[in-house]
Amino acid sequence: MSILGNRVLRKEDPRFLRGEGRYVENLPLEGALTVTFVRSLFAHARIAGVDKSAAEALPNVQVLTGADIDVGPIPPPPFPGLEQGMARPLVAVDTVRFVGDIVAIVLSDGRAAGADAAELVMVDYDPLPVVVKPADAAKDEVLLFPELGTNVAARSGSAEHDEKLFDGCDVVVSGTNISQRMAPSPLEPRSAAAEVGPDGRVTAWLSTQTPHQDRMVLAGVLGLDPADVRVIAPDVGGGFGAKMLGVEELLIVWLARKVGKPVRWTETRSESMVALSHGRAQHQSYTIGGTRDGKVLAYRLEALQDCGAYPALGAFLPNLTALMSSGVYAIQRIEFEGRSVVTNTTPISAFRGAGRPEATQAIERALDAFAAELELDPVEVRRTNLIPKDAFPHTTVTHAAYDSGDYEGALDLALHAAGLEELRDEQRRRREEGGAKQLGIGISCYVEITNGIDETEFGEVEITEDGGAIVRTGSFSHGQGHETTFAMIAAERLGLPVEQVTVVKGDTDDVARGTGTYGSKSTQIGGMAARLAADEVVERAKQLVADYFEAGVADISLDLALGRFRVVDAPEPSLSWPELAARAAADGRLGELKMAHDFKSSPTFPFGAHVAVVEVDTETGQVELLRLVAVDDAGTLINPLIAEGQVHGGVATGVSQALYEQVVYDEDGTPLTSTFVGYAFPSSADLPLWEVVEMETPTPVNPLGAKGIGESGTIGATPAVHSAVLDALAPQGVRHIDLPANGENVWRAIQEAKS
Amino acid sequence: MTKIAVTVNGTLHEAEVEPRTLLVYFLREQLGMKGTNVGCDTTSCGACTVLIDGESVKSCTVLAVQADGSEVTTVEGLADGDELHVVQQAFHEQHALQCGYCTPGFVMATVSLLKENPNPTEDEIRHGLEGNLCRCTGYHNIVRAVQAAARAGT
Amino acid sequence: MIPAAFAYERAGSVDEALAMLGSDEDAKLLAGGHSLIPLLRLRFARPSTLVDIGRLAELRYVREDGDRIAIGALTRHADLVRDPVLAAHCPLISEAAAGIGDAQVRHRGTIGGSIAHGDPASDLATIVLTLDADLVVRGPSGERTIPAAEFFTGMFETALGREEILTEIRVPKVQEATYLKIARRSEDWATVGVAAARVDGRVQVGLTSMGATPLRARSVEDALAGGASPADAAAHTADGTSPPSDVSGSSEYRTHLAQVLVRRALEQL
Repeated sequence: MSILGNRVLRKEDPRFLRGEGRYVENLPLEGALTVTFVRSLFAHARIAGVDKSAAEALPNVQVLTGADIDVGPIPPPPFPGLEQGMARPLVAVDTVRFVGDIVAIVLSDGRAAGADAAELVMVDYDPLPVVVKPADAAKDEVLLFPELGTNVAARSGSAEHDEKLFDGCDVVVSGTNISQRMAPSPLEPRSAAAEVGPDGRVTAWLSTQTPHQDRMVLAGVLGLDPADVRVIAPDVGGGFGAKMLGVEELLIVWLARKVGKPVRWTETRSESMVALSHGRAQHQSYTIGGTRDGKVLAYRLEALQDCGAYPALGAFLPNLTALMSSGVYAIQRIEFEGRSVVTNTTPISAFRGAGRPEATQAIERALDAFAAELELDPVEVRRTNLIPKDAFPHTTVTHAAYDSGDYEGALDLALHAAGLEELRDEQRRRREEGGAKQLGIGISCYVEITNGIDETEFGEVEITEDGGAIVRTGSFSHGQGHETTFAMIAAERLGLPVEQVTVVKGDTDDVARGTGTYGSKSTQIGGMAARLAADEVVERAKQLVADYFEAGVADISLDLALGRFRVVDAPEPSLSWPELAARAAADGRLGELKMAHDFKSSPTFPFGAHVAVVEVDTETGQVELLRLVAVDDAGTLINPLIAEGQVHGGVATGVSQALYEQVVYDEDGTPLTSTFVGYAFPSSADLPLWEVVEMETPTPVNPLGAKGIGESGTIGATPAVHSAVLDALAPQGVRHIDLPANGENVWRAIQEAKS
Repeated sequence: MTKIAVTVNGTLHEAEVEPRTLLVYFLREQLGMKGTNVGCDTTSCGACTVLIDGESVKSCTVLAVQADGSEVTTVEGLADGDELHVVQQAFHEQHALQCGYCTPGFVMATVSLLKENPNPTEDEIRHGLEGNLCRCTGYHNIVRAVQAAARAGT
Repeated sequence: MIPAAFAYERAGSVDEALAMLGSDEDAKLLAGGHSLIPLLRLRFARPSTLVDIGRLAELRYVREDGDRIAIGALTRHADLVRDPVLAAHCPLISEAAAGIGDAQVRHRGTIGGSIAHGDPASDLATIVLTLDADLVVRGPSGERTIPAAEFFTGMFETALGREEILTEIRVPKVQEATYLKIARRSEDWATVGVAAARVDGRVQVGLTSMGATPLRARSVEDALAGGASPADAAAHTADGTSPPSDVSGSSEYRTHLAQVLVRRALEQL
């Protein structure tokens, strides 16, 4: 009986339940100074001067400014075509480019003194014109980097439009859609701490998703040998794509070396809301055309990506949007044009889905608009266009090589679980009654790409003297449960109880290499690396047993149920793992039972269908989500309990983009949503229970059959809820609402449709 | 500096605090009890929830001086040695935590909720916990955990 | 975030508190702290001294007093929700209190603190205005009673003198009443709130977050008194209002919501 596929409770839970989570802010660091960043209140300004005298008059306070920083500026990530000239100083020297840009660093004894000193740092700003909207930035009038002459940081796809793209189409529909700016808002604000040891090695404790990659960047930027940098990511309270080494962490390590004392920093939430990267912020124009019977022939998507003030990963995301623009549909002609522009706002990076929610939002909106124009049922139009089950592997015209899928199967499951017919009856009844509260039903179909950039992950399995196992993984779980899932994977191959397999992660001195966790890749490459390392340990163990039993290694078998090695067909002699380990240790051969594997894999493509049911109060515009049915097929599920949890959380974020969240700036670039009061993501009182329907279509890409699942729920939910709201308002003549579809936006859409 | 005497998880602590010291920082920094977390600065997220005299409060919005003479219960005070509190056990069994950062706050809020309403409906649970935010779980399993804890009886 | 430094004194009685307020002109009262401490944490308020009256049990009560209900200013929202005297004689207060913030906030926040803060987004401030409550205040020159209609003078400004303490809120016994509120999330401040109550035979209507203070919708009330239907009366909702525009809603949306909620509240009475 394999442990895989079982709802094993999480091994990592006890410390979190007891309040013993090892978040960076909880770690003791003797003699550490507190770092407080002074941040710009202007979105775009020249710094005329920084007066630190009042701040430094406080006891034990030291203030540094941009002039004191001898590293940087940091160029954008080296993605092809990304304008490298738009570099970011670690601390602004002459220009601030967004509210939140660092202008000074305060070092103090403790957080209260730091807050007191920070507000005494007097910065003299000469305001410059501000550009907030990407469409305005694209005009290249107000420039963030005047010497470059443009705000365009990157282009993707092709600016050339094929005039014949829509030839043969009976109907062509165009529209726009905005995937609005969101703030990832992990519950743990970032913390970082650093200390230089007596040997000159620096240790950095970071609230990050990518400890090994961070180590390389730190070493590169600071001119250090990576061997002299140790990064420890202990427990991290959520990341969602945003926690991947920012300027603050670079500065913390730089400061530890500069001042020769340990330093630590924890951002406040208000600080995090402007300083931690934002997500989405992609403005879309689509054109979709096809035949009268609902077959889509051609699709063009133009994406204007807001990068924020300094291009980061966000500038590159339109490439993923382009790759996945076809969605689950067999569309033969697709054109994509992407432009990424800088604006005087917080930089944009990855956020749960990172480019793929945007692709799905666009194609689902386009398909619904196409169906509406043809007056066809959007479900039937989807069926007409879905890539069929027998067509896999299937490469789209956008060069996405879909591994396995059953899109119509997912759609059917979702519709059945939702009870579509009864819902339509209820909707009809309410429409006839004409009351204020109307029902809306929305359906989305999606496919997404996980392990999207063909990454490699490290896994090592080591047998300990007591016959248990340590799994060292380059993946870094910050809520995803790898301490349980990877233990299950290794335990299954080793024939050990899960309790005896310990997963180690996050310390670059302990785990040789790794890429961290993002892009929903960890189970399929980190889990696989651990599995293959476990298999290699078993092979090594068989060799030892063969030596001990004086048999041929081919005659040794491992009884997985009992965890015992024996000669094939002979119940005795046998050795359990503890017995083998003890004997090997006595012989000095225990070290042979330690093997590592680097597993590289191509992407996999989880898929699904969601159905959302909303109630819209057509008088007030208020929307209540009544139900969300989610079919999310991620292939083989190692631990369905944990996988479902990922879907639950993902769906909540997807729903929240549809109905609640939006980062708002005024025209001066001042953020208006920089606390959890202004930036409203839902509590439990605003959401229903989720209806998760199982479906597993394994991938042939890896022996586990596993795809990623962490971002699927988000990707499927937003368009389903968006569509549901529009469905509720169709009789009112509403054709589109820009998200979030909150009360005000719904009310305005109704008013506009009336006029 | 002001002298205070606060009982935390049954132990009396006498200390001197600046009046501006928030209870959450008193617990974390002066008493070294790191289980209670700070997640926001607008009394929104509830990660800092503890009990004062048995009732849930957001310890980021209480001054340590206000807790003078009170009994404070934090998440560290729930388990009995190796045995988890019923609410902690229910959160574990229902997979009601992922990154764990909001968890102490939710657990304490749940203890208080079930004390005031031992058999809440789903709606009462959701409204009872509207002062606690989670970004990981989508709340589904948290609701299930509270239901399980209610059935088990606190 | 961390508040700026301040001194702290705990009052053992109302008189002691008055003396403390008298001796420091930048002192502020601390009751439940759930209006004040959020301001301190963001450094929007910087008092020199906090005078803590949170322990004054003498100000925590709900009792019948003739044809009025007398509520001690330090009665917490959580206590208002459960109070049997209010349930019997003025359930509107309990219902409104149940919707304030969340459970943790309701364990600390007080009716006096909420009203004295002068926040136009305060549900209870709107309720007491709608009910024509009397606010009993004690100061250096003794006790006085301020009618609710004269109490809210501006955004976060009240008729309370700098050295005065709100000690009691006196509300009429009212059975026919309702409070409707729309917020972005369940636990948020009202985007708009509407209170409607029949007080001594006359329907009175109050509005939350429709101006610099809680407001009475007097045009609506007059229309009703003149025999208008709920819908026709509600058409006057916007009179005298100046709703803010913020991330919770634009002023146009608030105006629209207020009218809808007034109509619905009147239909419910």
